[in-house]
Amino acid sequence: MTAPHDTPASSGRIEDALREHAEEWPYAREERVLARIDRARQARPRVREARITMSHGAGGKATQSLVEAIFLDAFRNPLLEPLEDAARLAVNGVRLAMTTDSYVVRPLFFPGGDIGDLAVNGTVNDLSMAGAVPLYLSAGFILEEGFPVSDLARIAASMQAAASRAGVQVVAGDTKVVEKGKADGCYVTTAGLGVISRDTDLGVAQARPGDVILVSGPIGDHGVTIMLARGELDIEADICSDTAPLNGLVAGLLTAAPGVRALRDATRGGVATILNEIAAAARVGVMVAEDDIPVRAQVRGASELLGVDPMYVACEGRLVAVVSPGDAAPALAALRAHPLGAEAAIIGTVTTGPPGIVQLTTAFGGTRIIDLLVGDPLPRIC
Amino acid sequence: MKFVDEFRDSGKARALAVRIAALCEPGRQYKLMEVCGGHTHTIYKHGLQDYLPEQVTLVHGPGCPVCVIPMGRVDDAMAIASQPGVILTSFGDMMRVPGSDGSFFDAKARGSDIRMVYSPLDALKIARQNPDKHVVFMAIGFETTAPSTAMTVLRAAAEGLPNFSVFCNHVTIIPAIKAILDSPDLRLDGFIGPGHVSVVIGCRPYEFIARDHGKPVVVAGFEPLDILQSIYLLMLQLSRGQAVIENQYSRVVSLDGNPAALRAIGQTMELRPYFEWRGLGFISYSALKVRDAYARFDAEALFSVPGIRVADPTACQCGEVLKGVLKPWECKVFGTACTPETPIGTCMVSPEGACAAYYNYGRLTRRRVSEASAR
Repeated sequence: MTAPHDTPASSGRIEDALREHAEEWPYAREERVLARIDRARQARPRVREARITMSHGAGGKATQSLVEAIFLDAFRNPLLEPLEDAARLAVNGVRLAMTTDSYVVRPLFFPGGDIGDLAVNGTVNDLSMAGAVPLYLSAGFILEEGFPVSDLARIAASMQAAASRAGVQVVAGDTKVVEKGKADGCYVTTAGLGVISRDTDLGVAQARPGDVILVSGPIGDHGVTIMLARGELDIEADICSDTAPLNGLVAGLLTAAPGVRALRDATRGGVATILNEIAAAARVGVMVAEDDIPVRAQVRGASELLGVDPMYVACEGRLVAVVSPGDAAPALAALRAHPLGAEAAIIGTVTTGPPGIVQLTTAFGGTRIIDLLVGDPLPRIC
Repeated sequence: MKFVDEFRDSGKARALAVRIAALCEPGRQYKLMEVCGGHTHTIYKHGLQDYLPEQVTLVHGPGCPVCVIPMGRVDDAMAIASQPGVILTSFGDMMRVPGSDGSFFDAKARGSDIRMVYSPLDALKIARQNPDKHVVFMAIGFETTAPSTAMTVLRAAAEGLPNFSVFCNHVTIIPAIKAILDSPDLRLDGFIGPGHVSVVIGCRPYEFIARDHGKPVVVAGFEPLDILQSIYLLMLQLSRGQAVIENQYSRVVSLDGNPAALRAIGQTMELRPYFEWRGLGFISYSALKVRDAYARFDAEALFSVPGIRVADPTACQCGEVLKGVLKPWECKVFGTACTPETPIGTCMVSPEGACAAYYNYGRLTRRRVSEASAR
């Protein structure tokens, strides 16, 4: 099966490493090692795996590598390159935002929502984060043979309800059916179009040292709800998904605080991933305080039991805002004035460094780094 | 959160930090090993090192259950999983541990049915629900998790379940600590004892550490104040020239452990003559296998596993890092051939391993809360 010694793929690397070690030792090796780690972190991402694994869909490092190494490489253009939640285009002088997202949630129906309103709200939110007013959506369905029509009707009704709430219309669609076992019930893909009327140029690369970071409400509700709704853990908690359209909240925020520099909705990968995207894109440091980050007691308790960190757990109705220092107070007030932002909070600041690193001061009084996860958060055994 | 926040009080932490700093003799370096991976996790999660003076270094020990599983055993598990009709189950943090041909995630992507469970009893449930499949539970961990595997085997036997077995990789903590203590280049001053393991085995098995090796041990709980208090107790012993076994985690750990759990382990498992540990090599009588009386639940008896030994690369110096002899960056392959994306040794496998932690966090200038508060 394999050679009895070093694995074939690594043996060359190891020889190189040993030669390098012998040459450098003992002169200032620590600095060289640290410099090398820095270079490795900034290097072009590579996909090492021969096949797609679940990690590639988790929103962490593996997803980022896949997107940058495969898709960005293939489609590279200036509109795609910022890798924001939505692309910003100009057509005949009109500024538009365009986005798309696929939904594969299991179970399809969960406390607080279902795949239908999730698919509408997710795309509405991606458009809103670009500072756009969402207008039109398309919806594509991949259905598994044998899927109950009544469930599909329920999903469609919930999509329409969510669209009405957000003030958008579903104006195009597609349906495909695959054989039993080739899909898990129902997958939905939505795309969305919105108009950018404000003279804003939002983007995580705009973050500057001194800026203030806000979150619009308690984090991790959606992800914990889904984990519990799967019923595999025999834990019950009074908690439901936070899925909601954020366009109203964003409109109020942008009006009250012109100093908003970036908006992101914290979905897969949670708030931790967004903070890392800010630090990486703007080459700044980020410092947040655990005590200031709103987390519901139920979410904290369930996370503690499951061995996961709420910072990495998905939300579906929460945004992270980077705001100039002078506009932090009006931004917070504007968020709190809206029902979906009633529990908004200032969670930290953008700092001068170290660039690309997100640090958290723990409630215990220490600091730790909040890094990107490779894949899904995995529970620990003990 | 009640019964949790009390153990994370920053005011009490500052007070302890001041007392720890006061116990440091000028010019003396202290190296304390936290044996258990759970402690390492707490230390990083709460940023506990910020409370320690420069002179006190924590060395992360061999008690991370997934880190010590050698590549060959991961390969064996994947060979079992690739047999037709097999569902392999294991704990979540096993999923990313590399064998010689990728991790369980990669094997899953190649078509094997590998599932994550929270408890071996969940594996039993999967076996009941899939009578036409054979469900294998890859059992890993120290004495902490061995009782739950033992109880699962006993339950499977009582139910007469024909389609369930255990691929047993349970290891025992004392031989690993012995291996570290017996090393001639040992640089450790004391041990933070593993709390969960001690719930099962009690505190007596550590007595030889104080008696024969003159090193203090404090069995510690898993909240940050538990660990900080244990460090204080160790420093107190060191300042007085003492070496005894203390139990900081007395709210859970008793002197004699849990006899019922030990009985269940003894009934279903026996010591192997030897077992390979990633980073530490072969250690005699350091692991458990399923007893012959329960061979029908022993995956090693039911399946022919390749059993090929994939040696740790000779360049790997995990053993020295574990013993506190080398700092992570002093290892010959650190940061070049061995990185978190392509780990070679145990210390880089888990994010809590000493090398992975240094790779990810080592560059930061740490804010020293203890010094700040002393000012």
